[in-house]
Amino acid sequence: MIRVLLPQHLRTLAQVGSEVEIEVEGPATQRSVLDALEGRYPMLSGTIRDQVTQQRRPFLRFFACEEDLSHESPDALLPEAVASGAQPFIVIGAIAGG
Amino acid sequence: MSQIRVLVGTRKGAFVLTSDGKRERWEVSGPHFAGWEIYHVKGSPANPDCIYASQTSGWFGQIIQRSDDGGKTWHQPGTPAGEPAAPGSPKSTSNNFAYDASASALTTHQWYDGTQRSWEFKRVWHLEPSLTEPGTVYAGVEDAALFCSTDGGESWQEMPGLRGHGTGPRWQPGGGGMCLHTIILDPSNRQRMYTAISAAGAFRTDDGGASWKPINRGLYSQYIPDPRAEIGHCVHHLAMHKSRPGVLFMQKHWDVMRSDDAGDNWKEVSGNLPTDFGFVIDVHAHEPETIYVVPIKSDSEHFPPEGKLRVFRSRTGGNEWEPLSKGLPQRDCYVNVLRDAMAVDSLDTCGIYFGTTGGQVYASADAGDSWNPIVRDLPAVLSVEVQTLASSR
Repeated sequence: MIRVLLPQHLRTLAQVGSEVEIEVEGPATQRSVLDALEGRYPMLSGTIRDQVTQQRRPFLRFFACEEDLSHESPDALLPEAVASGAQPFIVIGAIAGG
Repeated sequence: MSQIRVLVGTRKGAFVLTSDGKRERWEVSGPHFAGWEIYHVKGSPANPDCIYASQTSGWFGQIIQRSDDGGKTWHQPGTPAGEPAAPGSPKSTSNNFAYDASASALTTHQWYDGTQRSWEFKRVWHLEPSLTEPGTVYAGVEDAALFCSTDGGESWQEMPGLRGHGTGPRWQPGGGGMCLHTIILDPSNRQRMYTAISAAGAFRTDDGGASWKPINRGLYSQYIPDPRAEIGHCVHHLAMHKSRPGVLFMQKHWDVMRSDDAGDNWKEVSGNLPTDFGFVIDVHAHEPETIYVVPIKSDSEHFPPEGKLRVFRSRTGGNEWEPLSKGLPQRDCYVNVLRDAMAVDSLDTCGIYFGTTGGQVYASADAGDSWNPIVRDLPAVLSVEVQTLASSR
């Protein structure tokens, strides 16, 4: 079980609270976590990654364990604390707010 | 009794304003999609309860919303409303605007500085539902292209003939980006459609969108190297009366224009306007020679001249204009009226509506002679559409 923290606009869109829990098959990476998230909440498709390029949207960032993972490879393993559910994977909007 | 429904898109959500046919007392519903930019909201002429909305964000991208109950509830087409889908179910495709790679003649467009850039989808500016099929809707997008959905917005396919006809490398963005912002369907000929792009110009198809031709002869734009070029004009909006689909009116970056031959040739009809810069233009519901514009001071000062908000009306199809100011602020007014932010109803005494970047939506129940604000303090208004409903719902 992996915990994902979402920014407010995406919570509203998915009709969920600030944190969701998802099951990920195989190694926990940005790609597998976001695939699972979009599978569970298809209304989020395209809101975190571009629908066509699958690149992270430029005004979003990924944090976990007090580190910025935004520029990590989407296939890099996430920290063990995220994979185990001890720490959340955080999707956060750029500080400009919106 | 008839009912009027005004659909308002703003910088921070959508609003639905409703009134009976007297258009004196209004109910305000919203904000829907609070905090998101709502570029356009428009109902299907074939089923007024079917309404499409373009919900967009620089952070989170493009969302398409649809209501099947006149704007009371909304959902992303193809995605279950109100509850998450089961794990492993297909991802939503209603947000997916993928350019057609087969439009290979077009790989780049012009950037502000004249260099070439690749096409990159940013948002949907305008949604135009089919006149006859509620599930068919066209989308004008930035970077400029035309998409179509025939399944109620669940999936979208580009109509590549527009981008692919060969002039794309000469299209360039205007101040608001390189957007396809106007789509007009010919009610007398299902094969004919008009679009307008900033800054490329106006285009027409006569074969249902398979092929397109630029229709910009007669336009003059000093901001391109050849002011009379076939391509490169910053058309701000087009309008047509359904009874005369071959007559078009245009508010260009500068100049108000008219065509009597389906866009093949244009002539200027700015006449005695105090300034011929502006964004909106619309036609009276019952008088095809009565048209409306809101003059804006200039391309660098996007507010009404002299701080006086005035709609100008021509009853002669242009050239001779009269200011309409009763009920509108006549001092210290520095709002703008954006290109999709004017609409008309079709009651016997035609109602005219427009929204401002100051958050006001003004209504006139007497064809523009007098105005009242329906609301004063919305977020900046991006678009206004009106539905005239046959009976109270």
